[in-house]
Amino acid sequence: MSIDLKTIKHISKLSRISVDEKKAEKLAGDLNSIFDFIEKLNELKTDNVEPLTSVAETTLKLRSDEVKSKNLRDQVIKNSPKENEDYFVVPKVIE
Amino acid sequence: MSDITKQSLSELVENIKGKKLSSSEVTNAFVERSEKSKELNAYITEDYANALNKAKKFDEKPNLDLKLPGIPMAVKDLFCTRDLRTTAGSKILNNFVPTYESTVTQNIWNQGAILMGKLNCDEFAMGSSNETSFFGNVQNPIDKNLVPGGSSGGSSSAVAAQLTPITIGTDTGGSIRQPASFTGTVGLKPTYGSCSRYGIVAFASSLDQAGPMAQNVKDCALLQEVISTYDEKDSTSIDFKRNEYSKELTKDIKGKKIGIPKEYRVDSMPKEIEDLWKKGIEYAKDCGAEIIDISLPHTNYALPTYYIVAPAEASSNLARYDGVKYGFRAEGENLIDMYEKTRSEGFGAEVQRRIMIGTYVLSSGYYDAYYLKAQKVRKLIKNDFDDAYKKVDAILTPSTPSSAFKIGEKTNDPVSMYLNDIFTVPVNLAGLPGISIPAGHDANGYPLGLQIIGKAFDEQNILNIAYAMEEKINFKNNITDWWIK
Repeated sequence: MSIDLKTIKHISKLSRISVDEKKAEKLAGDLNSIFDFIEKLNELKTDNVEPLTSVAETTLKLRSDEVKSKNLRDQVIKNSPKENEDYFVVPKVIE
Repeated sequence: MSDITKQSLSELVENIKGKKLSSSEVTNAFVERSEKSKELNAYITEDYANALNKAKKFDEKPNLDLKLPGIPMAVKDLFCTRDLRTTAGSKILNNFVPTYESTVTQNIWNQGAILMGKLNCDEFAMGSSNETSFFGNVQNPIDKNLVPGGSSGGSSSAVAAQLTPITIGTDTGGSIRQPASFTGTVGLKPTYGSCSRYGIVAFASSLDQAGPMAQNVKDCALLQEVISTYDEKDSTSIDFKRNEYSKELTKDIKGKKIGIPKEYRVDSMPKEIEDLWKKGIEYAKDCGAEIIDISLPHTNYALPTYYIVAPAEASSNLARYDGVKYGFRAEGENLIDMYEKTRSEGFGAEVQRRIMIGTYVLSSGYYDAYYLKAQKVRKLIKNDFDDAYKKVDAILTPSTPSSAFKIGEKTNDPVSMYLNDIFTVPVNLAGLPGISIPAGHDANGYPLGLQIIGKAFDEQNILNIAYAMEEKINFKNNITDWWIK
């Protein structure tokens, strides 16, 4: 399998990471060598194997539905790069 | 006392409890040594003035019943610390100041310890040499221009150089055990679910665990006892009966069955690693353990599995860094352009590479072929361990396939960098505890480590084996303070 520049552009769009031509070429090289290494998994037959999603073999605990933290607005806004009193500010979305 | 920083954590605790040393004297000593050690670049953020103040306050009204009374300590910069910048080694969190505290660090402060600063690490813990950090390389105190391992490279360097008596790291694929091995220190990755992940910057949530790093096994056991608690704020935290690891520590491991997995004898393994392993087996026998050959047949598939599972989880976890809610923002022509520029300028090359791998393996049409396949192989790897533990109590392996390498030596080849974690990654995939202890030196005098892997929740047992073997090995770290002018 080979990951071409078109695929790199597609993944970069999905990842919301902009790439120029030079970076795309470097990434294609790196990803191809990593995927060559990953292909090793195809040696194994796994048709009847259950996928492991979590090693913690416990069921989630139920808890009562109560508010534990209140009035966190200032804390939530505190680290925002741009805010206007109660809101996060982003570039204009609707024309 | 001029040699305060040479004392182990246990000695410092004893001296503070016995009123032979004050917290201020101890904190001062570690702050002074840290100040003289800037060339190691172990710290990202220093908080010395606050630390000295807190020590003074502690001395005014000392509570000597605590487990870490007035002990100064720096921690990996992946743990959120309230009101002190937390960067995860990334430009994208360069100005992030948490408004809350991670559970693990809170547990430490509750026992009387004092924060000195935040330690360097690979960006978002993605790396094996601390070279992916936005804040630059960390020097290994063992030798100039030698990597300290990664991702907890600032932590391993700081403990080995005695800038902090003890520290905590995080381990997703080897990030505590590999740097411990590279610096001649002890590092424990606990069972998944033992230490809360609340307030730790997330990398791969089904693999991440916090753990102690120390100069010896006893100190490591004491810190593990402090940080391991059930926490309802982490839905994968496990409510099990935790030992008092330091109190129950014993060198009596007679009759313990220790497995030697033949698949860990990899083709490219240097002779000195092979020899170290053989020596380790002899030490374990000397301690009264019984050695049993075992097989972990899917070992060779662990790294490829890890490089699907970890990037997939990372791509999802790191989606939150969008320049809106916190962290770095690059200006863009519109919202999407702002996202794309923020992430392109804010993340380093290795993090971008892993986000792209993860996005690809989770994308429509590839999910079954990669992600689902990897989860199935992960099950086979866990089954290998389950089968082995029907016959043995613990498993002994080398910690790493080589000693520490030079800065820049492996940065151009991601796959060769990934191979560093070949012996540590299977342990994370199976959710087991593993400890690395220093066990010898290579031809250059660089430290080499041995890893002891335990059953889930059996930290006490591997700590005991490590404690018994540590005495036989009698390892001495050879640190010359070359960086102090």
